[in-house]
Amino acid sequence: MRPFYTKFFLILGLFVVIGIIVPAWMRYLLTIALCKGIIASGVMLLLKCGLVSFGHALYSAAGAYAVALTVKHLGVREILIIIPVGVAAGILSAAVIGLIVSRYREIFFAMITMAFSMAFYGFLVKAYGLTGGTDGLRIPPPTLFGSALPEGYERFVLYILTLIFVALVAGILHKTERSPFGFLLQGIKGNEVRVSYLGIPVQRAVLRTFIISGCFAGLGGGLLAVNSGHIDPHLSYWTVSGEFVFISLLSGVGNLNFVFIGAILVEFIRSYAFSYVPYLWQMILGGIMLLIIIFSPGGLWQIYNSAADRLKPSLKDSNPGVKHNDS
Amino acid sequence: MGDHVLEVSNLTMQFYGIKALDNIGMTISAEEFVGIVGTNGSGKTTFVNVMTGYLTPSSGSVKVLGREIGGLHPFHLTRMGVSRSFQIAQLFLELTVEENLLLSLAARENVYRKVRMPLKTKHYLKEARELMNLFKLEKRANSKCLELPGGDRKVLDIAMAFALRPVLMFLDEPTSGVSTEEKFQIMEILVEALQERGVTVVFIEHDMEIVQKFAHRVLDFDEGKIIADGLPEEVLQN
Amino acid sequence: MDGVLIILMDGVFYAAYLYLVALGLTLIFGVMKILNIAHGSLYGFGAYTGASLVLFYSRQEFWPWGVYLVLIGSAVLVGIILGPIIERGIIRRFYREEVVVPLIATYALFLVLDDVMKLIFGTSPYFAYQPLNLAGNFSFGNISYPVYYLIFISVAVISGFLLWAVMNMTKFGRFVVAVMHDPEISNAMGIKLPRIYLATFTIGAIFAALGGAFTSPMTSVVPGLAVEVIVASFAVVVIGGLGSYSGAAIGALIVGIVRATAVHHFPVMELFMIYLVMAGILIIKPQGLFPIEEERRI
Ligand SMILES: Nc1ncnc2c1ncn2[C@@H]1O[C@H](COP(=O)(O)OP(=O)(O)O)[C@@H](O)[C@H]1O
Ligand SMILES: [Mg+2]
Repeated sequence: MRPFYTKFFLILGLFVVIGIIVPAWMRYLLTIALCKGIIASGVMLLLKCGLVSFGHALYSAAGAYAVALTVKHLGVREILIIIPVGVAAGILSAAVIGLIVSRYREIFFAMITMAFSMAFYGFLVKAYGLTGGTDGLRIPPPTLFGSALPEGYERFVLYILTLIFVALVAGILHKTERSPFGFLLQGIKGNEVRVSYLGIPVQRAVLRTFIISGCFAGLGGGLLAVNSGHIDPHLSYWTVSGEFVFISLLSGVGNLNFVFIGAILVEFIRSYAFSYVPYLWQMILGGIMLLIIIFSPGGLWQIYNSAADRLKPSLKDSNPGVKHNDS
Repeated sequence: MGDHVLEVSNLTMQFYGIKALDNIGMTISAEEFVGIVGTNGSGKTTFVNVMTGYLTPSSGSVKVLGREIGGLHPFHLTRMGVSRSFQIAQLFLELTVEENLLLSLAARENVYRKVRMPLKTKHYLKEARELMNLFKLEKRANSKCLELPGGDRKVLDIAMAFALRPVLMFLDEPTSGVSTEEKFQIMEILVEALQERGVTVVFIEHDMEIVQKFAHRVLDFDEGKIIADGLPEEVLQN
Repeated sequence: MDGVLIILMDGVFYAAYLYLVALGLTLIFGVMKILNIAHGSLYGFGAYTGASLVLFYSRQEFWPWGVYLVLIGSAVLVGIILGPIIERGIIRRFYREEVVVPLIATYALFLVLDDVMKLIFGTSPYFAYQPLNLAGNFSFGNISYPVYYLIFISVAVISGFLLWAVMNMTKFGRFVVAVMHDPEISNAMGIKLPRIYLATFTIGAIFAALGGAFTSPMTSVVPGLAVEVIVASFAVVVIGGLGSYSGAAIGALIVGIVRATAVHHFPVMELFMIYLVMAGILIIKPQGLFPIEEERRI
């Protein structure tokens, strides 16, 4: 087996073991962190082509609400149906908005994505009849293959399910990073003029990236809804989008799968910050963000990489951006 | 002759007050090697920008490979077989020389959307290696373009356009920034390869010796007009 | 008829408020090419400082009309203290970076300043109505309006005029315009970029704080006000064209009147309507109404 897959299954196994031994609250935190990691991976993809989405909470909220509304109005609770519905909602909303935003770059892109998410937030708050307004919606426990989850183990089963989706996303991210499309994303960030003169329509490539990232956001949002059992409009608030940007930045786009490490770290920092200094969460978040931008722009990936370099060169993961021939 | 690769008539390109191209008309036939000369600011680059769809002309008509290009973007024209190099090299600075070339190949083979295959497959690596050998870039294969000296950047820029296997190729000052010894070498390699493939070439050049040596025909630009069009010996005399 | 009047009056008034904030935002963008998300925090500090100082001033037995000077004074105070700290301390590190880096940096700064604001001013609302009540009301048709609305609109118009005058009639203004156009050449000609950046940023900060200070008498000043204003004024500058002053004015009027219409006729759709109009304008004019961006030369 290739080294990536050995490592891949080792880490996956480790997560299963962790899920068994840690206390329930910690496993729950981990589950939520992984869902957010899936959403943030979409933001990472866009960041790789030089675009900051300050409105990605919209697509995850679309996924979450699609799940909640399907359960509420159609009475479908089968997880293998409602999660794909969430994904579809993410894709659809990203496709529609992507048509407009894919022609913008830099600041315009960041702020227009944010504007749309705020408009959506306003809609979720005001459309009380449909969305329950600020009260939000409750999502009853889902079923799997038509039967209820085993009693007492619901949370654990959901954790494993989430893990399976994470593994799927991680595999896709790993492949993408090394694929022509992955390099194209870096190309778009680097020099759009050259991309056009290679015969590649930049705008369509950006739209495609946007839709893929919407797909991840919808998946993450749907899983978040199922796992947390309750959603409200805050899910689409711009500071939530900002957190996804934060996770991406902290993780570093050099290796897309670091997004899960970043997401777990953020979730645990937040949990501790909330219990010790509840009013200072934003300040901690912003402070860390500034430190990273100034001292380690490549995020955790950069820190890991230089540490591994110093310890033992062979420990180093093959970086698609630097080394060659990984196939 | 119906076999024109390029047909331009009454072409004007205006930027605010300046007429960068002023009522230009001319044709270029298949497999010609046309040199463009002219002082700085005479409209040479603008001409290439219009021919490749980067700029939309203020008025006039341009037919490339028999097709009116109004409304076509650079990526359309590139797909049609028109490629170009740039006065200032346009590279992916954060990627390596090899990766730059591989992206060019992925674009040509239309696999740039693929997610399931790696970019660095044997097949493409082999062709990238050949290109690097041809253009004497093999020692730089794994350097980031950011670290390349200016001359190598220009050569890579040309190699990326060449890798697309164009039918019509524009070269914007291909030898500027390249050292004097290497200038002729690069041009010789390039011209031989292009001639072998039957590519029509339009190149902008300041070095008269190079123009003299490689052009079949010379256009002299001045203030947006073509003031002379003929054999190198005739035009360069003035 | 009255309905239209109310909407126009409310719209113009809201536009004045957005204009003050957007003016600084677009000025800083024009000169430094940085969209300062933390601009909303400066507005917030202006509002809190204005309200605190007005409350303090009103408890003394001073000349009552002095509260208006207090409002202006608080804005200048916030601007000249926070502006240089932010520009020198944070923003300056990012002038040479690609555009998304300073964007994220100012976002991070915004988060930090939001909590700093809560630490300094607490989380309970401030009510400082003295400047509003002092000026009394006037009638317009059958409707009675606070005179303060007119004062507010005048402040916005005078600010716009002052900026215009500085830019067009002083040496400093000519330097700023030169830097906007081409920082490298300006630098070569001997214009000291760091000084221009510092001054521009401080002026922008004062405008934001002015918007906050003069808004404070009309609302309760509460945490979270910084977010609202940055999102709305962003819509303004995008509609007008990033970096354009006349664009900011037109954009503010459009957003103001759209919002007033929405508030009176479809209150549910307020925010939605603003963005709908923004999206509509962008579809027709992708760079806003008065674009100043140039195509990249190759
Ligand atoms: N994008 C542009 N916007 C405004 N003016 C331009 C633009 N591109 C070129 N020009 C002007 O057009 C004229 C011709 O420029 P160019 O074609 O680059 O000249 P050359 O390549 O012959 O040196 C110059 O005066 C130049 O300033
Ligand atoms: Mg030129």
